[in-house]
Amino acid sequence: MEPEQPSPDTEHESLHEEQHLPPPTLWPIGFAIGIVVVLVGLVINPELISSIGAVIAIVFGFLWARDATAELRGQPLVVEPERREMREAGEGMTAPPADQQGVALPPVPETAVTRSRFLEGATLGLGGVIGGLITVPVAGFALLPSFLSQKQHKVDLGPLSTFPLNKWYIATFTVDPMQGEVSRRTAFIRNNGTVTDSKGNASPSFTIISNRCAHLGCPVQANGPTGQKFTGNPSITEHTDNGRVDLESVLPAGYGCPCHGGQYDPEGNRIAGPPVRALDRYAFEVDNGRLILLSTYSVAKVVGTGAQAKIYKYKQAGPGQHVDGPEQWFYPLQPPHH
Amino acid sequence: MAVRRKPTKAELRRQRMEELVNFPLDWLEERSGLIGGVRYFLFRNVPADVNWMQTLGSAALTAFLVQAITGVILAMYYVPSAATDPATGKPVAWESIVNISDGVFMGWLVRGMHRWGASVFIILMFLHMGRVFLFGAYKYPRELNWIIGVLILVMGMMEGFTGYLLPWDQTAYWATVVGINLNGTAPFLGPWLAQFLRGGQEIGGETLTRFYSLHMLVIPGAIMALIGLHLYLVIRLGVTSPPWSKDAAGMEPEQEEEPRLRPGLTRPVPRPAGASALQAEPGGRE
Ligand code: HEM
Ligand code: FES
Repeated sequence: MEPEQPSPDTEHESLHEEQHLPPPTLWPIGFAIGIVVVLVGLVINPELISSIGAVIAIVFGFLWARDATAELRGQPLVVEPERREMREAGEGMTAPPADQQGVALPPVPETAVTRSRFLEGATLGLGGVIGGLITVPVAGFALLPSFLSQKQHKVDLGPLSTFPLNKWYIATFTVDPMQGEVSRRTAFIRNNGTVTDSKGNASPSFTIISNRCAHLGCPVQANGPTGQKFTGNPSITEHTDNGRVDLESVLPAGYGCPCHGGQYDPEGNRIAGPPVRALDRYAFEVDNGRLILLSTYSVAKVVGTGAQAKIYKYKQAGPGQHVDGPEQWFYPLQPPHH
Repeated sequence: MAVRRKPTKAELRRQRMEELVNFPLDWLEERSGLIGGVRYFLFRNVPADVNWMQTLGSAALTAFLVQAITGVILAMYYVPSAATDPATGKPVAWESIVNISDGVFMGWLVRGMHRWGASVFIILMFLHMGRVFLFGAYKYPRELNWIIGVLILVMGMMEGFTGYLLPWDQTAYWATVVGINLNGTAPFLGPWLAQFLRGGQEIGGETLTRFYSLHMLVIPGAIMALIGLHLYLVIRLGVTSPPWSKDAAGMEPEQEEEPRLRPGLTRPVPRPAGASALQAEPGGRE
């Protein structure tokens, strides 16, 4: 912006042209204070304080009205000409080339800030600060809750004795009773009996496969007959802390996905179709003789079956994301997961 | 030459009527210049041989307006809640959709318009885009408008994606599961995007309210702003002649020798094929 350097004369001329605006007046401030006092008085003490406020408002309102109508009533306006200190010659402007003016002005200090530059900077700066103050909390509110305080939900599937040895069940349960029906999930469960580790500690072994397809998350179904007629086991419904749990007995030859035809073997290994890895599994614990489901984890593949299976276990990744091989490098950072 | 005589009663009445009509228009024009602006928009010059295909953009705009209006009405009855209605055991959102279709007077019509209109809107956008491509109308100086158009297309598809969840039935739910997980497979930020869209680790009530807000506030607002920019550029740059134009794309021979500078440009504008309205002064082409 070119800083202008008006002579005192032109400055006065331009002032005269702007005199159609009413002169500035401070009375509205008093009027506003009066109104505030009235309103506060209505809460605290309507008779006394509100009356005082009313008087203030009326007096200042009258003064304001008198000022505002002065021009209409033909009274001469008293407008102080804006006084601006004459700038030192050349202050705030770059020296014009000598050949334009004939006379070279004294050099200008580089740091000179003109009034308009200062106001421009102040407007942008303050605007930026205000914008930031508003944007940061709003953006945080919009983005962060999806990632913070994701709770782990434990699911009580009832006593271990419900699960006969080496039999498959389709378990349907509510992960978060607060969320209700929409958080119902399905898992394929088989009791593998007990395993004894190298130190001789015996612990129960379960295969618990999530039915969330490793392609894009559709619900895979067991391929095989269900119900007592075919499996020899009754289907059961029980009620635990998580509400209703349905256990349907099944003879799975594998699992199939209705969405894009992904196929898995009974251990959850992908055998056909678009899925990129094996089906996820649930971690579990045994608490007071009850089977408790914990979080899910991802599985690249499973070698062997049942208690002897070697599971290539990974941190939970979303469907469609590779957990092994070079493609895993596409997903270096997973969002927080319970 | 008119003969001076006293105007008849009918003429006087007519004159008064004209004043009555003109007064509010003049009032508005004097204070806003809006009448002149609308007139400029409606009576600006376009090439003489424009084609019916060039109405596809307006058709897409109309389809969007239909979506906006029917959407606002649906929003008066729709309830974006995944909670279960204790009386029926059904989700509230799904029940409100059933109520719109079966209960509210003419609700089936408004919902049908919005549902089918969504596809019409997307199809018209694609047809419009195809026209622009085949006419070569995306070339200099209209590249920016092509880019804005692509953004509108993407926003339109996001409208379709977020709107599809709202009925909260099995189709809606699983289509959204697949759609979000598809986004989740994008490299690097995909898993984060998916979690943001879900509003957590799993699809639930938060997903529904968030999709509803995106669907009826955020994205339509962005589309309206982009449409404003799009039309501004259409008016500023003029529309192209069809590629088969006899007009030789607006190259009036006498202007050929020395290209005219348009205000604001410091170098001669190379004349793109099929850009005749472009050379016009702001007032239009002579
Ligand atoms: C920009 C174009 C738009 C597209 C492509 C679009 C698309 C859709 C789709 C596909 C549905 C599901 C329809 C159904 O299942 O019946 C839907 C539903 C809905 N949309 Fe839109 N929409 C658009 C604009 C709007 C606007 C501007 C609003 C409101 C301000 C809105 C409000 C709604 C509501 C309340 C529903 C739920 C009712 C229902 O599903 O029938 N839409 N939209
Ligand atoms: S979601 Fe299972 S195959 Fe695509």
